[in-house]
Amino acid sequence: MSSAALLLRYLAISLRGQLQYRASFLMAASGNLLNCVIEIAGIWVLFDRFGDLSGWSFAEVAFFCGTVNATFAMGELLATGFDQFGTLYVKTGDFDRLLLRPRSTVLQLAGHELSLRRLGRLLPGIVIVVAAWAALDLPLDADRVGLLALAMAGGVAFFFALMVLQATMCFWTTESLELMNILTYGGVETASYPLPIYHRLFRRFFTFVVPLACIGYFPIVAVLGVDDPLGTSRLFQVAAPLAGFAFLGVAIGVWQLGVRRYTSTGS
Amino acid sequence: MSPDIRPLVAVVSARYRTLLQYRAAAFAGFATQLFWGSIRLMILAAFFAATTEPQPMDLPQIVAYVWLGQALLGMLPWNVDADFREQVRDGTVAYDLLRPLDLYSYWFGRTLAFRVAAPTLRGIPMVLFSMVLLPLVGLGDWALIPPAHAVAFAGFVASLVLAAMLATAITLLAHISLLWTISGVGMDRVLTGLVTVFSGLTVPLPLFPDWLQPFLNWQPFRGLADVPYRIYSGNIPSAEIAGELVFVFVWTIALVLLGRLILLRGVRRMVVQGG
Amino acid sequence: MPQIEVRGLAKTFRVAERLPGLAGAFRGLFHRRMRDVHALGGVDFDIERGELVGYIGPNGAGKSTTIKILAGILNPTAGTCRVDGLTPWRDRRRHVAHIGVVFGQRTQLWWDLPVIESFDLLRDIYRIPAAAYRDNRDRLIALMDLEPLLDVPVRQLSLGQRMRSDLAAALLHGPSLLFLDEPTIGLDAVSKLAIRDFVRELNREAQVTVLLTTHDMDDIEALCERVMVIGNGRILVDTSVDGLRRRVRNERILVVDYDSAGEAATVDAPALVAEGEGVRSVERDASRVRIAFDPDRLPAATLIGQLLALGTPHDLFIEHPPIEQTVAELYAEHDMRER
Repeated sequence: MSSAALLLRYLAISLRGQLQYRASFLMAASGNLLNCVIEIAGIWVLFDRFGDLSGWSFAEVAFFCGTVNATFAMGELLATGFDQFGTLYVKTGDFDRLLLRPRSTVLQLAGHELSLRRLGRLLPGIVIVVAAWAALDLPLDADRVGLLALAMAGGVAFFFALMVLQATMCFWTTESLELMNILTYGGVETASYPLPIYHRLFRRFFTFVVPLACIGYFPIVAVLGVDDPLGTSRLFQVAAPLAGFAFLGVAIGVWQLGVRRYTSTGS
Repeated sequence: MSPDIRPLVAVVSARYRTLLQYRAAAFAGFATQLFWGSIRLMILAAFFAATTEPQPMDLPQIVAYVWLGQALLGMLPWNVDADFREQVRDGTVAYDLLRPLDLYSYWFGRTLAFRVAAPTLRGIPMVLFSMVLLPLVGLGDWALIPPAHAVAFAGFVASLVLAAMLATAITLLAHISLLWTISGVGMDRVLTGLVTVFSGLTVPLPLFPDWLQPFLNWQPFRGLADVPYRIYSGNIPSAEIAGELVFVFVWTIALVLLGRLILLRGVRRMVVQGG
Repeated sequence: MPQIEVRGLAKTFRVAERLPGLAGAFRGLFHRRMRDVHALGGVDFDIERGELVGYIGPNGAGKSTTIKILAGILNPTAGTCRVDGLTPWRDRRRHVAHIGVVFGQRTQLWWDLPVIESFDLLRDIYRIPAAAYRDNRDRLIALMDLEPLLDVPVRQLSLGQRMRSDLAAALLHGPSLLFLDEPTIGLDAVSKLAIRDFVRELNREAQVTVLLTTHDMDDIEALCERVMVIGNGRILVDTSVDGLRRRVRNERILVVDYDSAGEAATVDAPALVAEGEGVRSVERDASRVRIAFDPDRLPAATLIGQLLALGTPHDLFIEHPPIEQTVAELYAEHDMRER
């Protein structure tokens, strides 16, 4: 069976499993929904108090916020096996079991679970994007939709890569992976606002080191059809999401190093 | 040492030892909170930059609010103690009933240790960083200002003690509720949402719309963060400090009484159903 | 050529030392002392195709380290290892496609899935051709009597049922080599016997090579012709089960039953040791007497002759000492404690 087909089989099984525990799924999903609502409400509160954010309107910021939440939710949806790698596989020693099978570890972990509770963040994210799109009166043309789709695909790769990196850290320490929350949950928070409001160092970090802005801010500026106060060109804005895929490639390379370390320390 | 508090001392000491063992966790926690603080500050400052009308708080007060929030994050009752949840799940919690102690007081002590241990380890470096280091590297505008005046400082210390008690009472309510809903996952989510919004952690409470203020001013969660942080920065005038302390104190007593009442029923349930 | 060839296999782990007390914990925050643990210190052995080898030793002796290296999920620090011509940790994915591994403490089945669906999923994971899969699956289901369990989610199986399903799952892809890590741990007597019968059958009929680690010496006695004992990271003994007994202490036990306790009381050591010192101990329990003796120094026939001179036993037979005792003595001899 090909890898793609096997992945689909894994995911189908995971969906069935989750439907067996409907109550806990609904509970967790509504928790995610609540967090997403709180986030957008927080942004609204600040706009209500201050009027605008260095020239950006509430609808524009909501567009950023909705996109990154939906993207992050999809990345999490696919990367649950990596997200829970430390507790489910390393501490229990169950990673051995994956190594005993003649398939790539990335494939097996991606197939671990298609975590439906992430829908609690995905759905409001999409609703927010659609509402912002309407409120901004943006034309619904192929260029805009295509670019947004590319940005979100790059974003899914980006957040998937972060989960892979977080899982890789478990090979060195299972003590705490809070640090990666900076980039995941912190990334969502950061990307919910336009990049120019941040300090230069943060802007560079989130463009060149961890390319969060390449899958969020830059392409969305092009979708919104506004000029970037940072002065980037349209071409750059349109090509930027590719950085998300490159980032995933790097992350998988680092993962392989981690697996090699695991097989030499056995812990 | 009276025999009544010995188990408590053991619990507190064990909690610190466990925390210290996880050094990566300690450093990671510090870095995470530093990052969150910085992002919050930049967002709030950007909003502030354009505004021309007077606001309910000035920027240094907001900066203090954000840094104190990061330093004392662990003290907020946003989650339940995983150990406690485990004990309820596997039934060993029933052993606590066998101890010759007042159960609520014993659990209050345990929960207090859980709430306070992490912030003392993480909060002190955070305060040192934001108050001392930031001005040294030329980021004085972003630094935590010292307490507004001596009265503010005294009021801050008092309100912090009350906040710890209030946080413990709320966490303990969540712990007691685990006796009914074992999984506790839902409880965590609801708590996190309520606490982060209504304590002022997401957005400082004075920045909420004016029409919401009467409601925000009477709900208990503001005693956890909003009250101490604003007393610290002088946003709450000296004359009003005493009233605010009484406000938090009354809420704490009310929640403790509520907790005792529910625990009584929980114990009856545990005894009847055998855990 | 042997199926498994191990030469000079060594593995050293570095572990952080924990300092005691609150002050120690605080110091550990900034500085950590590391210590080397030599799990394996140069291990050599060969295993031929079709052998059934027991691998025993106290906890921490290096058993699971060896198994993990042979299975390809751990790199050794030094030494070589060839399994079917492959170096396990270097060709992991090719290697694991031809071996089966069962850990008694863990299941490789999917917790929420019915057994049969776990099997189907393994078919896809191992890329087992449809016809071979059907044959293997049906044969294993019949052998392990799994038919009634197939639609039961794994989480609802008893430990014995789960172990039978796990064994079948490890064999679906027709491996020529099977690693069993404590397959009978925690099982009831009936399940243990079923597992042993199955493993024996598998080895005899299908010529599957089996390396078995266990703490249950009955497993070893029931299944293995050859036993390797590991202690402190070295192979101490590599011999047959009988050879193991002889090597530690050659001893037999003569059990004699009398009609009454009074008759039994007439038997004691001084009455028996006239011919050298072959008798090691005499224990009396009501009308039964157990005499431990060294058959090299005191032939059984001589001992029985002496007994018959003393009285008329109702029944008598000769026993081996339990192998647990043999192994315990071997561990003691090498000063091995559980680490």
